[in-house]
Amino acid sequence: MNSVIPGTISSTITLATPLLLAALGENVVQKAGVVNVGLEGIMLCGAFAGMMATRPFHLPGFGPAESTTLGVAAAAIVGMVVALLFAAFAVKLAANQVVVGVVINLLAVGLTGTLYRALFGETGSFISIPTLPQWEVGRLAQRMAGGHLSLDVIALLEALLRHNALAYLAFGVVPLSLWWLNRTRGGLELRAVGEQPVAAAASGINVIRLRTCALLYGGLMAGIAGACLSVGDVGTFKEEMTAGRGFIALAIVTSGRWHPVGCLLAALVFGFAQALQFQLQASGFHVSAQLFLALPYVATLVILTMGGRLSQAPAALGRPYRKA
Amino acid sequence: MTVVSSSPDQTSPLKDRLRALGSALARLLAYGAGLLALLVVTFSALGIPPLEALSKLWIGAFGDSESGHLYNCSETIVQTAPLLMTALSVIIAWRTGLFSIGAEGQLLVGALAATAVGLHGGGLPGPLLTLVMLIVGGAAGAGWGWIAGWLRVRRNVQEVISTIMLNYVAVYLVRFMVEGPLQEKAHINPQSELLPSGALFAHILPRAWSNDIVTRLHSGVLLAVLAVPLVWLLLYRTEAGFGMRIIGQNAEAARTGRFPVDRLRLRAMILSGALCGVAGTVELLGVTGRLYANFSPGWGYTAIPVALLGGLHPIGSLFSALFFGALTAGTSNLNRFSGVSSVVGNVIQAAAVLAVVGARAWQARRTGNETD
Repeated sequence: MNSVIPGTISSTITLATPLLLAALGENVVQKAGVVNVGLEGIMLCGAFAGMMATRPFHLPGFGPAESTTLGVAAAAIVGMVVALLFAAFAVKLAANQVVVGVVINLLAVGLTGTLYRALFGETGSFISIPTLPQWEVGRLAQRMAGGHLSLDVIALLEALLRHNALAYLAFGVVPLSLWWLNRTRGGLELRAVGEQPVAAAASGINVIRLRTCALLYGGLMAGIAGACLSVGDVGTFKEEMTAGRGFIALAIVTSGRWHPVGCLLAALVFGFAQALQFQLQASGFHVSAQLFLALPYVATLVILTMGGRLSQAPAALGRPYRKA
Repeated sequence: MTVVSSSPDQTSPLKDRLRALGSALARLLAYGAGLLALLVVTFSALGIPPLEALSKLWIGAFGDSESGHLYNCSETIVQTAPLLMTALSVIIAWRTGLFSIGAEGQLLVGALAATAVGLHGGGLPGPLLTLVMLIVGGAAGAGWGWIAGWLRVRRNVQEVISTIMLNYVAVYLVRFMVEGPLQEKAHINPQSELLPSGALFAHILPRAWSNDIVTRLHSGVLLAVLAVPLVWLLLYRTEAGFGMRIIGQNAEAARTGRFPVDRLRLRAMILSGALCGVAGTVELLGVTGRLYANFSPGWGYTAIPVALLGGLHPIGSLFSALFFGALTAGTSNLNRFSGVSSVVGNVIQAAAVLAVVGARAWQARRTGNETD
């Protein structure tokens, strides 16, 4: 076995992680009947906040310090703040969700761009920040096996398990999400709000509060997903660095049929498409790089086309709810 | 498309119409005041003296008595044209209840197809080539819009997602073409060869008027202006437009009322794509003269706030496009003096739309009416 297969597996997981994080958050939001097109903008704000909070700072009494954890936390909080803005307009005021989402995206590009240029100059000097450490779980497994593993298996274990905390978080949230949505009272109420908001309100559920809570969770996850790009992966920030990943996450929720496991599979497919693009480019396959860059977006379209009619969509998806 | 001759507007008494006009004017004034306040707040937040910034913005957009008004005003109009056409495209789609974000991609694909035809157009005489390029550009944009429409109608894929994916595909397609098959003969920059000069739109203003400063106002702008009444006629004076607006208000009711929902949705996407394709071609023929990697500074995305601020109405969007055109021309002047980046425009647009959307939703909540 050469290094291509473990390499592809490893980068598939790395690239799928931010998509999965954002998609799992958005899945809960859509289960509550809200489409947050502003996901892209929230991720971008998260990426920016993550970068800003990870940069070295001077801690009084301790000297210089820097923390990737702080970066992820800041991204999560900023994600929630932006989601709250979305909720104020799209849920509380019952404005059109797509309109508010589009505006949030515009605002995010403008705000992060303006702040970035104001802080780092018009041309944008290159920023380098530390990235999240990789968990050495593969090595642990190796030690437990006591050195009886072949090199291929070791490479495979490393590819599967040597990832940062956010990857573990993303994959760990899948069963949690499944359990919460289907086996708890909160999950049941959330789904009721997404299917029949009027009936849910009649049975005493606060639709607006529940939808806002779902959006806050979605914002948290999207913020972390943004940090996953800046703090988790490349260790820098670029303007519009999310490059449509928020929209791909939306596509993942749709093609994953509003099911956490479906989201997981779809995220892996998208991650694989992106990984393949990098692999083929790296192996000097002679097709223009630009066409390869278009690949994930074409893949999204193809997957959505094959998805068939969407009977599993929450019945009240995208419809604003007003108190009677 | 048959023209419907009677409409409720015409039968209502003059008094009502005057009152409507009055409230529209009041709203316009309120928006204007709000936008001014917004600009002041934004500049103050960025630490720029707001009065100085506003005057720079104004000079950038409309000029001053010292250097004349003609050049700056013409720049404002040049910036307005693509915004107006793409905003009209957004209006057609959104009025039909299709929240397409695909204007950017449709514009790029239109410009790309027009470039391909223009460079390989052989011996066609200038004006004929212009016409062929406009048709091909429009058709390409229409095709790009059709994909999203087909996906929505036949596969129930949300147009919000599909159009964004198509935008990215279009961006990379353009980059691929200007680095590959359509690259200039010198193979240095990611751009195409200059288009045949005979096909380009003529510059309107004589140089003598502007103290020999080269102005960029071109005859293609007239197409954008012409598109306003055309889209208005389509939406408010044809059966198809009536059906589209019904679908936009309530798709279920339209289906019950036996409107051909799928066909009209498809038609709306095709028309809105065609407008964007023409917009891209007009920009190509009027301003840039060639296709290059970052051909569009995001007109297709700005079009959405423009359309929304214009109340998703063709005539309203004419004013908001002028406003955003002036803002674009103005911020480029501001850049030269105070180092404010052009992305500030995004913040201003977003805040303006949020204010308008919020105000409308709040009003609707108080009166209990549905908003669009």
